[in-house]
Amino acid sequence: MIGLIDYGMGNLHSVAKALEKVGGKVDLVKDADAIKNYERIVLPGVGAFRDCMQTLRETGMADALTATIATGTPFLGICLGMQVLMTRSYEFGVHAGLGLIEGEVKAFPDLLIEQGFKIPHMGWNDVVLPQGNEHIVLKNTAGQQVYYVHSYYCAPRNPEHLLAACSYGSYPFAAAVGKDNILGVQFHPEKSQQAGLSLLEGFIGWKP
Amino acid sequence: MLSKRIVPCLDVAHGRVVKGVQFVDIIDAGDPVEAAIKYDEQGADELCFLDIRASHESRDTLYHMVSEVAEHVFMPLTVGGGVKALQDIENLLHAGADKVSINTAAIFNPALVKEAAERFGSSTIVVAVDAKRVGDASGGHWECFTHGGRKETGLNAVDWAKKMADDGAGEILLTSMDADGTKAGYDIPLTRAVADAISANVIASGGVGTLEHLAEGLTEGRADAVLAASIFHFGTYTIAETKAYLQSKGIPVRT
Repeated sequence: MIGLIDYGMGNLHSVAKALEKVGGKVDLVKDADAIKNYERIVLPGVGAFRDCMQTLRETGMADALTATIATGTPFLGICLGMQVLMTRSYEFGVHAGLGLIEGEVKAFPDLLIEQGFKIPHMGWNDVVLPQGNEHIVLKNTAGQQVYYVHSYYCAPRNPEHLLAACSYGSYPFAAAVGKDNILGVQFHPEKSQQAGLSLLEGFIGWKP
Repeated sequence: MLSKRIVPCLDVAHGRVVKGVQFVDIIDAGDPVEAAIKYDEQGADELCFLDIRASHESRDTLYHMVSEVAEHVFMPLTVGGGVKALQDIENLLHAGADKVSINTAAIFNPALVKEAAERFGSSTIVVAVDAKRVGDASGGHWECFTHGGRKETGLNAVDWAKKMADDGAGEILLTSMDADGTKAGYDIPLTRAVADAISANVIASGGVGTLEHLAEGLTEGRADAVLAASIFHFGTYTIAETKAYLQSKGIPVRT
């Protein structure tokens, strides 16, 4: 059973429907104490970093997630659910994240806007995996584009935690980060047609 | 590289597709789920549903339709028509829409877009701008119209689009009322004027008759996405043919 974290924001139903489409059994989890009972955890997210972290802390979910992930439970964070894995974010001030992946969440530079690139980075773009070292779940997207919508991006401090890259204009950013049983993707697999469904299917069978 | 998006638009009323969709192997041309699945199979990048009746009584039917579609296709869905308040947006997002398009209400309630962007995030808020040229081609400008192009608002369309983007709209769905229905191509000067003025995404709409028109909207018009209805509905071109053509013109598309 997959525990899909319901903290009152985000596109929960799309993620639930996509996981079910590829054979997942999904429970919406509102109770922090229940998180430890699930075989896999998915944290979706749309919205502001600060609000998300505040809600996760107030509900006790931040601690419960950290504790459950520490036991080796496979975890997938999507979009904002990926960004909260990082040490801190610079979205509307400076806010601490879960700190499970060392690094920061930053805004795309003004230079991109000056070059005529639009913010948010919205639409279908690449997932570039390191050659010869492809993450088993991410490689399901090989050669296909996926759907992104975001104005901020993750910059992991340790290059080993950068699992896939993408570029906006000539500006590279993290398409996926992770380590051990943790995986975070900036794009929306639940909105990426076959590429995204294959990734979710891979996550359901993932044995990190 | 970020792909330019091809967005088929479906007009709906009472939860049914109107303005006939004519795919050869579709059983019921009015079934929104069937139409969405066809576009999904063809490789559309996103779908746009506009409720053209948008009566109060038909809202629940619309939510139900969005929910049904979202269960079958896994791509971004934009839904618009009759969105007046934050609650309407929340209901549509909850039903499975990824983006909600606000049209007339943005003009009559200027605070709505800002509040909506703060609450739901810029990436979920689309503002539809219906523009019509006022004055002659050399010295004229474009103004926003409501009620299907019948009512003038006195708002300069480029300035209005900029204000909406500044208020937090992540996308502007820009329709030329002059070009709409003509099949003579997008209003390129209008599209370009808006695309150059704002940092939000621009979806060009109104007037597509050929694949060349789509290419013009993306290159000369500098739009991020192109929306079209009839050329796809009536099977003039498939999405795959469209993308092959755009690719041959050097435009980045997802194939």
